[in-house]
Order: sequence, then structure tokens, then C-alpha cells
Amino acid sequence: MIRIDSVTKRYPDGTVAVDRLSLDIPDRAITVLVGPSGCGKTTTLRMINRMVEPSEGSILLDGRDIRQQPVNTLRRSMGYVIQNAGLFQHRTILDNIATVPRLLGWTKQRARARAAELMERVGLDSALAKRYPYQLSGGQQQRVGVARALAADPPVLLMDEPFSAVDPVVRKGLQDELLRIQDELGKTIVFVTHDIDEAIKLGTKVAVLRTGGRLAQFAPPAELLSAPADPFVEDFLGADRGIRRLSFFPSTGLELQTGPVVPIDADAGKLAARAATAPYLLVTDLDGRPLGWSEPDRLTAGAIDRERLLDHGRPFVPGTDSLRTALDGAVLSPTGWAVAVDGEGRAVGVVSQQVIGEAIRAAHGEVAEHADAKAGR
Amino acid sequence: MNVLNFAHAFFSDSAHWHGYDGIPTRFAEHIKYSLEALLIATAIGLPVGLFTGHTGRGGNALAFIATAGRALPSFGLLVLMFIWIGFGLLPVMIPLVVLAVPPILVTTYEAVRSVDPSPVDAARGMGMPEARVLLQVEVPVALPLILSGLRTAAIQIVSTATIAAYVSLGGLGRYIIDGLYQKNYEKVVGGATLVAGLALATLAVFWAASRITVSQGVRRSA
Amino acid sequence: MSGFFDLPSDLQHSYAGLIGLHLREALLPVLAGLLVSLPIAQLCVRFRWIYPPVLGITTVLYAIPSLAFFVVLIDYFGQSETTVMIPLALYSLVVLVPAIVDGVRSVPPETLAAAQAMGFGAVRRYFQVQLPIAVPAIIAGLRVATVSSISLVSVGMLIGNQGALGNMLYDAQTYHRPALAVNSVLTIAVLGILADAALVLVRLLLTPWMPRKGATR
Repeated sequence: MIRIDSVTKRYPDGTVAVDRLSLDIPDRAITVLVGPSGCGKTTTLRMINRMVEPSEGSILLDGRDIRQQPVNTLRRSMGYVIQNAGLFQHRTILDNIATVPRLLGWTKQRARARAAELMERVGLDSALAKRYPYQLSGGQQQRVGVARALAADPPVLLMDEPFSAVDPVVRKGLQDELLRIQDELGKTIVFVTHDIDEAIKLGTKVAVLRTGGRLAQFAPPAELLSAPADPFVEDFLGADRGIRRLSFFPSTGLELQTGPVVPIDADAGKLAARAATAPYLLVTDLDGRPLGWSEPDRLTAGAIDRERLLDHGRPFVPGTDSLRTALDGAVLSPTGWAVAVDGEGRAVGVVSQQVIGEAIRAAHGEVAEHADAKAGR
Repeated sequence: MNVLNFAHAFFSDSAHWHGYDGIPTRFAEHIKYSLEALLIATAIGLPVGLFTGHTGRGGNALAFIATAGRALPSFGLLVLMFIWIGFGLLPVMIPLVVLAVPPILVTTYEAVRSVDPSPVDAARGMGMPEARVLLQVEVPVALPLILSGLRTAAIQIVSTATIAAYVSLGGLGRYIIDGLYQKNYEKVVGGATLVAGLALATLAVFWAASRITVSQGVRRSA
Repeated sequence: MSGFFDLPSDLQHSYAGLIGLHLREALLPVLAGLLVSLPIAQLCVRFRWIYPPVLGITTVLYAIPSLAFFVVLIDYFGQSETTVMIPLALYSLVVLVPAIVDGVRSVPPETLAAAQAMGFGAVRRYFQVQLPIAVPAIIAGLRVATVSSISLVSVGMLIGNQGALGNMLYDAQTYHRPALAVNSVLTIAVLGILADAALVLVRLLLTPWMPRKGATR
């Protein structure tokens, strides 16, 4: 565990970048430091590998003060990823990744073999090994940056706004990739960002810092969304934190209706029978994949026209997707009903906005009870 | 027209091609003076430029030294040193070195300072010792600019080393000074042509050196 | 007699007179070089293909020793100030053209696009946008050109005492008065440094929009 113990960073000109900050950063989890510019998040990160020395307080790594070991030994035991990757433009991708192993005295051969292994791990084509950084896209360069940080298999990974400089689509890919790698490797990651959505997506725990380097709140993202500590955090989370919070509620408990789901070859009897269950019917193909909605009296048995069906919106997978995805599906659907599908994309039922709304209320209730119990009320 | 005739007359005179006053001898002398001056100037300017560029400190002092170095007249310095020290190579080396240090110093300083800070930050963050940060991260990227400073210095030395002849040393300046006193413009033009040729050859050498030493990754991304 | 500032009468000038002469011989060529290099640089910016050959020619000119240049020009202009000033003007071209080209090219394309969008014509854009933004680079070039011009004038001594302050070097040898040589070298160096400082001042006055920190370069 990394323990930041009432650390203050004051610069010679009197500016206080970090003000008596204490944080316990859990092992094998992603801890995100987030806040507006000037909140000292990067300074805090850089104090962990002693790129910046604290003015007061101490930082402990597994109970030992980080100042007890030589600074370069400390840094080599922590991966470091920065914005724009900071690749060495005069070295090939492979040699960039092999940097820390080489610093640790590995043979060139072994370091390169390890680098090749990491390229695969972060999803880089091995054909890029002999290329130079200028030949790579921004997203690829950032993957190289992550691979380089992981090369010596350090237990700790420090990431300073690593994905800020790439476009949103690439950023989402990199975030998903990081979560996947973290599932496999289980590093202790400290991640700095100014993007609250990124913080909520990636963080196991999120520390919100306010300008002047003081901690505003340190909590798991769901708790941050449900119970912001003060108006600053609430404001920083943005207006739609209620909707975003739904991402943390599973869609498992939703009661699905199978009645309104009819295959495209349904006979007149079946159509008539199902028409009674709901104002709209969901027509599926012969494999059970949703095609679209229709009012029952517009459907003629044996002659259902696919083109005239209403769009069914984005389906959700119960259990895997959150209530937010389910609600989104219902809102996007012209009928106000969301379509649930299994892993293969086959419709397993439909659910109305009302039902989802009840599920949300129920979920909120549970959280509130839980919080009350925790608070000892 | 005139100039071309002079040059032609000079180079077609076979007497200019051998002996102690022959072109090969003068050429070798000129190259020797120039290389020595460049080596000394590099030994002074490069380490200081690298160090100050790396730490980012001393830029103002450096700029002043460079201006002062440029402001000292090479020819005046030569005469002064000749009066003080007397005959020898030293009175020639001092002005040449004073001439060459400023471009090497300032360009090296600027080259290292203008290296993108983020790879340097990454290198430190990975636990690279400072000396390696300088030699393995900053210098390879700064190399094209450092070489351009050395090139400027080298060309100025080659062109200015002609003044060695004024204090009775050899080199290609011999033709120019002797030609001046003998009112023999053939010699002057011939000597000038040879110096310009040597300067162009210097350019070519630096071009080749930069092809060989600068990483493809740096050359292409610049 | 023989005080530090007492000059032999064959110099035909007082100390101050030599300084004036020296500055004229050194600065007129730089001024001429600036006037010529502005249009050349603009051509190089407009037609990119011109730049490499121009650079090549100027580099060759730069490689010709000043003394050789002087001697060859004697044939045309005699042992005169003109003979000294022409090579100096050419040398300043070598420094100024690349400085101006780089300076004008360093104007951000979005700034130019903005100027164009606001309806600036080509001429107005050059004088009101490109040139002012290129001022720091131009002054940097002028500093190098001016200082080396001041230093090079002294070589003119070799062609019939056309070297202004440099002529003291000849007398220093003839009359065995090393102090004259010291005086000559130091005066030239101080002139160079003062001219450099003056140009820095000009830059500060012309570019109030530049951040003041690191103003030395």
C-alpha cells in the first residue's frame, strides 16, 4: 500500500500545490486523482516517485518511507506513463519499451524479448517493433508508453493524464484496454486525470482534489455520485450525476416480459394472443434477434414487412449491462420499451420505462439503507 | 570573367602543384590548423554547452560570453597575440578558438535546452541517472542542431585560418597574402577558390556525419 | 606622449574619428544587407524551391575569406571603403536571409488564416502581421551580422589602411607599441557589445508583446 501521510508541497515563491494531503492508496486497484487544474494532482503523483520532493509529511510504500531507498531504484520499481507518452524519438518502439529492463542490467536480448511480449499484451502489432515513434498514431504511441512502463513488471504504475491528448474514440479504446490489462495483471495504479468521466470509469477509488491541493473527497465512484461530500464535489461531478450513477446499478433484477416478443413467422392466432399483453409487439427474426417494434393491428400474419417496423433502439444484456444502459435503451426506443438480449444477441424479453424506473427507485432505496446502516442510524 | 581567368591561370600553372609552396602542402597545412582549432574549440564549447543546456542554467552568462567572443576581432587578436607571444602556432590558435567557441557553445546550449521535455521527464521517471538522461535521451535528439553549430564553427575556422599566413605561417592564406603583396591576383583568386572549396568539403563532411550519427527517428520526425 | 589614446599621426584620425569611421564601414553594409535580404527572404517564403539554392549560394559566399574578397575587389574599386563594405554586406546577407525566412515562417498558420479571413491583403498582411511577428528573429540575425561586421572591418587594414580601428594594428607593429593593438582589439570588442546591446533594446521597444523573461536571446 502507498500511504501519503499529511504531505504538503510548498514552492519557494509561496504557492502551495498540495496542502496536508493524506491518502491510503490500496494495492492492486486503480486509484484516480481528479480535480481542476491547479489542484495538485500531478504534483501528488510526482511525489510518489520523488520527481517532486514534499516540503512536509512523508510517503510510505509498504510501510517504508520512500526516501529510504536510492531514488533511481525507487523509480525503476514504478512504471511511469505521461501525457503524449514521452517516447524517445531516436529509438525504435522495441528499444523504447526495453528501456527500464536495460537500466536494470538485463541483456539486450532478454530486454527485447520482454519488450516484444509487452507489445502483444498492450495490443500492438509486432510489425511495429522496428518502427520509430513518428511512424505511429497518437493512440499507438500511448500504448507504447504503457508497455514501456510495464516492461520491468513493476508492482506500481503511475499514470499522469496518459489519455488526455488523444481523441475521444481512441481514448475509450485505451481506457478499455487498461481495464483489461489491469484485470490480468492487478497492478497498484495511481491515475491522474482532469476528466471526471474517466475517473468514474477507471477508478476503484477516486480522490477529488480542489484548487490549492486539498482533498475534497476520497471514495469509490458510486459513492461519489450518490453522496458528494460538498457542493464543490457535486459541481465537479456535473449535472447528470444521477444518470451516471445508474452505471453502478446492475440490470439483473429487472422483470422482463416475454409476451410481446413474437417471431416474424408467427401465425394469426399467436399474434392475436400476444397483442393483448402489450401496446406494442417486438418482432424477431427466426433466430430470435430483434427486428423492430410494431402496433399489433399493423401486423398481418405471414406477411410482416421488416421495412415498416419501428427501430428497437439499443438492446441491453441483463446482468452484464447496468441500469443506465437499460434506461438508455428504453429512452431511445420509440415505444418507450427496452429490449433485453442474451450474449448472442437473441431477444430474451422486453421491459418498459416504468419498470426500469421502479428498479431505479428500489436500487436507490437499498443504497440509502446500506448507507444508513453504515452510519449506524 | 576576370576572376575566372585568374582562377584558370592559377590552377593550370604546374608550378603551383608541388614543392613546399605547392597546393597539396598548403592544403594539408590549412586542414591541420583548422582541425586543431576545431578540436580545441569543441573541447571547450561542447561540454560547457551540454552541461548548461541540461541544467538550463547560465543561459544569460553564456549569451554574453558568446557575444563577447563574436565581438573580439579575429584579425586584431592575431596581431596582438603575435606582438605578445611572437612567432608560432599559438597566436593563430587563440583567435581561431575564440572565433569558434561561441557558435558551438550557444548552439549546443540551445539544442539541449530545446529538446522536448516530456521524454526527458519520462526518462527521469523511469529512474535513468542524469548522465544517461543527457547522453542517451537529450544528445541524440539535439544532435542535428549540435552538429550545425559545429559546422558553422568549422566553416568560420576554415575561412579565417587564412590569416595564419599574415604571421608567416603556411596554409592556403599564403597564396592570398603573398598575392596581395606581389599584386598577383592569380594567386589571390586561386587561394580563395581553394578555401571556398575546402569549406564546401567541410559542409559535405558534416552532412555525411549527420546522416551517419543522427537516428532515423530523429531525422524524420524533425 | 604615447598615452593609451594618443594615436600616431599617420592614422590621420583622432580616436573618436576612427570610431566614427569604423562604425560607418561596419554598419552601412549591414543596413544594405538588411534592405536586400528582406525581399530575397520574402521570395524564399513565397516560392519554397528558391530557398535551398539561395542558402547554397550564400554559404559559398560566406566561405570565401574576407581578405581574398577585399583583394579581388581592389581590381574594381581600388583601395577604398567600398571594397571593404561590399563583402561585409554580402556576409550580412548570409546571416540575415535565413534569419528572416525562419522568422516569417514561424508565424503560426492560424494567425495568417485569421488575418486573411479578416480581409488583409497580401501586402498589408506582410507589413502588419508577418514582419512584426518576425522581428525577434530578424533582430537576432542583425545582432550576429552587426557584431561580426564590426569585427571584420579591421581586416581592411591589409588593403591600404582601410580598416579604421584596425589600422592601429599596423602601427602597433611598426612602432612596437602593443598598447595600440590592445586598444584596437578592446575598442572593437566594446563597440560590438554595445551595438549588440542597442539591438536588444530595439527589440524590446519593437516587441512589447513578448514575454520579458529570457529576453537575452
